[in-house]
Amino acid sequence: MGEFNSTYLTTSPEPQRDDPPIIEAKNLTKVYKMGETEVHALRGVSLRVWKGEMVSVIGQSGSGKSTLLAILGALDVPTSGSYRLDGREVASLNDDQLAEIRNQRIGFVFQKFNLLPRNTALANVALPLAYAGLSNREANRRAAEVLRLVGLGDRLDHRPNQLSGGQQQRVAIARALVNQPSIILADEPTGNLDSATGKEIMELFRTLHRERGITLIIVTHDPNIAAQSERIIRLKDGLIEYAEEVQTA
Amino acid sequence: MNFLRNFGIAIDALLANKLRSGLTMLGIVIGVASVVALLSIGNGVQQSINSQITSIGTNLVTVVPGQVRIAAGPPTNQGIRAPTQTRPLTDADANAIRERVPNLLGVAPELTSNNVTVAFQREKILITARGVTVDYNRVRNLEIAQGRWFDAAEDERASRVAILGSDAADALFGGLNPIGQTIRISNAPFTVIGVTVPVGAGFAGNPDTSVFVPLQTAYRTISNARTATGARRVSVIYISALSSDDIPRVEREVTQVMRQQHAIREGEEDDFTVLTQQQFLSLAGSITGILTLFLGSIAGISLLVGGIGIMNIMLVSVTERTMEIGLRKAVGAKKRTILMQFLVETVTLSLIGGTFGILLGVGAALLVGATGIIATTITLESIVLAVSFSLAVGLFFGIYPANRAANLQPIEAVRYE
Ligand SMILES: Nc1ncnc2c1ncn2[C@@H]1O[C@H](COP(=O)(O)OP(=O)(O)OP(=O)(O)O)[C@@H](O)[C@H]1O
Ligand SMILES: [Mg+2]
Repeated sequence: MGEFNSTYLTTSPEPQRDDPPIIEAKNLTKVYKMGETEVHALRGVSLRVWKGEMVSVIGQSGSGKSTLLAILGALDVPTSGSYRLDGREVASLNDDQLAEIRNQRIGFVFQKFNLLPRNTALANVALPLAYAGLSNREANRRAAEVLRLVGLGDRLDHRPNQLSGGQQQRVAIARALVNQPSIILADEPTGNLDSATGKEIMELFRTLHRERGITLIIVTHDPNIAAQSERIIRLKDGLIEYAEEVQTA
Repeated sequence: MNFLRNFGIAIDALLANKLRSGLTMLGIVIGVASVVALLSIGNGVQQSINSQITSIGTNLVTVVPGQVRIAAGPPTNQGIRAPTQTRPLTDADANAIRERVPNLLGVAPELTSNNVTVAFQREKILITARGVTVDYNRVRNLEIAQGRWFDAAEDERASRVAILGSDAADALFGGLNPIGQTIRISNAPFTVIGVTVPVGAGFAGNPDTSVFVPLQTAYRTISNARTATGARRVSVIYISALSSDDIPRVEREVTQVMRQQHAIREGEEDDFTVLTQQQFLSLAGSITGILTLFLGSIAGISLLVGGIGIMNIMLVSVTERTMEIGLRKAVGAKKRTILMQFLVETVTLSLIGGTFGILLGVGAALLVGATGIIATTITLESIVLAVSFSLAVGLFFGIYPANRAANLQPIEAVRYE
């Protein structure tokens, strides 16, 4: 590991496992209509992810990575295709059930952190707990605990603009972690950070993955980051690119 | 997500943009203030008219000649119609009522003579002279400020005594004490024995600008006033019932007596009219009710405009906060939670605005009342109305923006810059 050039990173084979995948997408397409023109962001993506895997999604800009991740995170709906999460067809769920999945099952980490600017780090992390119906006290207690875990125990009352980029992303990761989801989806979580800070964040993800068995899907441009994962999915023009011949090179 | 938390979020969001929240609130403040102020003016006018009506006498039943209609209905039928055909009332009518209708507080006929010259030394004024009986001050609620009312003997003897209304006394005597002074009424000399307490203009003439003399004296000195048959004429007969519950009976029996007096056959229409305060009150009530409704609707329109302002700002706010809303949904907020968050925000805005509006409106009403030009009465109902109206405005105009926010997709958290 470590000497990879991005051109050598290709879609890896699925693991051979007997248990059912927790994520199972078949023929996902996503079409954006912009007036007369249609943008085919996804054109038939099928993939399966098993519990405890760490997967990276790579591909050129515009290849559909963010689109795919948003669908997997139940933040957006595909134009066609099927997406099963824990064996349940997501398209068949109602709004409340989707809210519960976003709240309990999946933690989403955004490239731009997406923290509420007027809230403290503690309040930002406590937000999913509030929506889960916890009392303020309990929510704050657990939020503080998770902030300590990501190394921000001394920054609870800081607002986002009083934190560095890396610290803000740690807050966002803490927010994604706080309801103890089994899946974390991160869309270029280090994209807005310098490489040293990016390394720290990746170290945090790997620790979480290793110690808690969290399933991780990380979208990235960075071949070094992709190389750290167990499996790579490469997208090109809205499709998964299998390039066996490159892999052998 | 409980209400308190939503309230906290709402306060926070409102504080994030203080100037904007304040300006938005201003619309509601002005709307509610004008509802409170204008309704209190409407109510004040209503009350002052009512008190004028009740001040003309206690449980008063009035007989006037001719057919007079008081009706509260469509504007064209409203008001007091001029008498159609006139057969005068006489003091014999008054006596008959006194004798044949039992249990009355008093019966007080009045002979009204307008534009009578009343003079004291060089001072001369034209006022209304009222020839009345001893019962009159009791029936009409007239109180004596100075001196005394005349007695029955003075009426019988046709004594030349006079009681002045307060304004008339002022005009004639200025600062001087009128009691015991001699004035000339239609050139006949009278001794002033009393001055009444001011009551203000009412529905049945203004006692303050009148001079009262005994009825028999009036016949001799001011107006002979005989009917074609030679009976002594009176202008109006005031009757005071013992209680307001008794008014319908008195009205009925007075009508009977009057019909007999005037020899009206069955099926024929009355040539007189028995009026009660209730009729005046309900007429005045329907007029002032329209006034209050009118003022209230004007105020309501400004509240509506304030509500549209709220909606406008909330729509801007929803657009501006697309990232926030998307993020909240992305971490598990349900549709109705977002809906509630924004509804609580508009309702908080309109309720705080409503509170300031009530303070401003009450202040304005007190200020208007203090000028003395228009009476104002601040009623609890108008405040409750204003609060519930502003609450309703907040809800009504908040629903649409809140619904918009609730229907945003969580993907907006990523997409929106
Ligand atoms: N809301 C949208 N409306 C129209 N087209 C869109 C929208 N979002 C994405 N697209 C288009 O869909 C395609 C895939 O976009 P996507 O954001 O998934 O790419 P990406 O792989 O994440 O790129 P990057 O690495 O730059 O983030 C692009 O061509 C993009 O222009
Ligand atoms: Mg992207």
